Amino acid sequence: MMTETQERLRHGRSILRFAAPQMFYPVAGVLAPWFAGLAAVLAAIGLWIGFFVAPTDFQQGEVYRVIFIHVPAAWMSMLIYLVMAFWAAVGLVMNTRLSFMMAQALAPTGAMFCFVALWTGALWGRPTWGTYWVWDARLTSQLLLLFLYLGYIALTQAIEDSRRADRAGAIIALVGAVNVPIIYFSVQWWNTLHQGASVSLTRAPSMASTMLAGMLIMALAAWAYTFAVAFWRVRSLILERERHTEWVGAELDAQEGKA
Amino acid sequence: MLKGILGPFLAVLRRDLMLAWRGRADVLVTLAFFIIVVCLFPFGVGAETNQLRAIAPGVLWVAALLSTLLSLHRLFAQDHADGTLEQLLLSPEPTVLWVTAKVSAHWIVTGLPLVLAAPGLALLFDVEQGALGVLTLSLALGSPILALLGAVGAALTLGLRGGGVLLALLVLPLFVPVLIFGAGAVDAYLGGTGATAHLLLLGGGLLGALALAPFACAAALRIAIE
Repeated sequence: MMTETQERLRHGRSILRFAAPQMFYPVAGVLAPWFAGLAAVLAAIGLWIGFFVAPTDFQQGEVYRVIFIHVPAAWMSMLIYLVMAFWAAVGLVMNTRLSFMMAQALAPTGAMFCFVALWTGALWGRPTWGTYWVWDARLTSQLLLLFLYLGYIALTQAIEDSRRADRAGAIIALVGAVNVPIIYFSVQWWNTLHQGASVSLTRAPSMASTMLAGMLIMALAAWAYTFAVAFWRVRSLILERERHTEWVGAELDAQEGKA
Repeated sequence: MLKGILGPFLAVLRRDLMLAWRGRADVLVTLAFFIIVVCLFPFGVGAETNQLRAIAPGVLWVAALLSTLLSLHRLFAQDHADGTLEQLLLSPEPTVLWVTAKVSAHWIVTGLPLVLAAPGLALLFDVEQGALGVLTLSLALGSPILALLGAVGAALTLGLRGGGVLLALLVLPLFVPVLIFGAGAVDAYLGGTGATAHLLLLGGGLLGALALAPFACAAALRIAIE
């Protein structure tokens, strides 16, 4: 308890004071609904552009419209893994509890986006390539990324001691992050070696600007959604981890009073 | 200087090898598993010679990967149970040093027999004789990478309930590049492009894993014990 107070005094008004779970908890509570609202608005605009404004693709017809969900989900799944590994590294180096909680709050969302990217990809592949799945480099590395997410989640869930869970999870996240480029390039090379395949993911480079706009807006919506969900999840994690402290008791009492 | 480093390294290596030698039956199970898995494939896919020849490198490599996985839990579990691991961590010797020694001993005991058995098994699949050398070399370079990466996973899951399945989930995705280049080396040789590039990449991967994995493993062990 003493060290926590000292730390707060030392940091004073610096931005680092939000590294304390107690300080971050209310901030996350304020920000999360705003990001959720933003995500809803952006998704509505993006989907409207995607389904009603963007022109029909002359090669793929209406099927291509799945990219408005597929591409942002794929981007997000990769980005979240990097952010997760970043927070894991920060946690290991600076020994901040909140960083580990942030990493753990992000993992399920990353896995979800990974799954969405694979699922929508399969739905797109069926009419376009005539098959739900090909062992294409991108598909395969996305699948392996999903396994990396699942491994991280499974490991942090399997360890009961939260301190050990944090650190063990951080190590596997970092090992995974080192391996992601290796996996990506090896899979790509493997694929090009074996190929002879008729299917390629490369599309025509030019893209109608409304299509691009819709996709970018959907990507922003995915960002906002990730922020909102991660903040909510980290709030639950903070409450769970800090349940022995006085401020959590006071906070819960206050919430009960409101309800 | 060198003696100061080699001394503890060799001591741990010798100890682990001796322990393995005294419990030979345990070790042979891994080899038996490897052989049986390889022999199951013709029953599954049919005994057509051309087909067997085509899948042989992949089958041998996947089987090597699975048997490595199966043996990994033994790497630290016994020492963890009897307290040796704690004593090693408390000792003044660098953790990375004896971790490397333990992984080396583990590979000699479980990996090396697979490498030696592989050419014989490849003959069952009617693999071209010239490719046997490439296959053995690829396994000799690749299986230590599996042991090193697996050691990190074994340290992270030390003493956990359901650790074995969890270990598989953690390390199998990381094994994929090794599998690709390992099995790819033989395919490239048979395809006429030459296996040099694959083998060099495997060698590079081995050096990289040797440089980095012991540190991750040491950190994981400290987390598991504290």
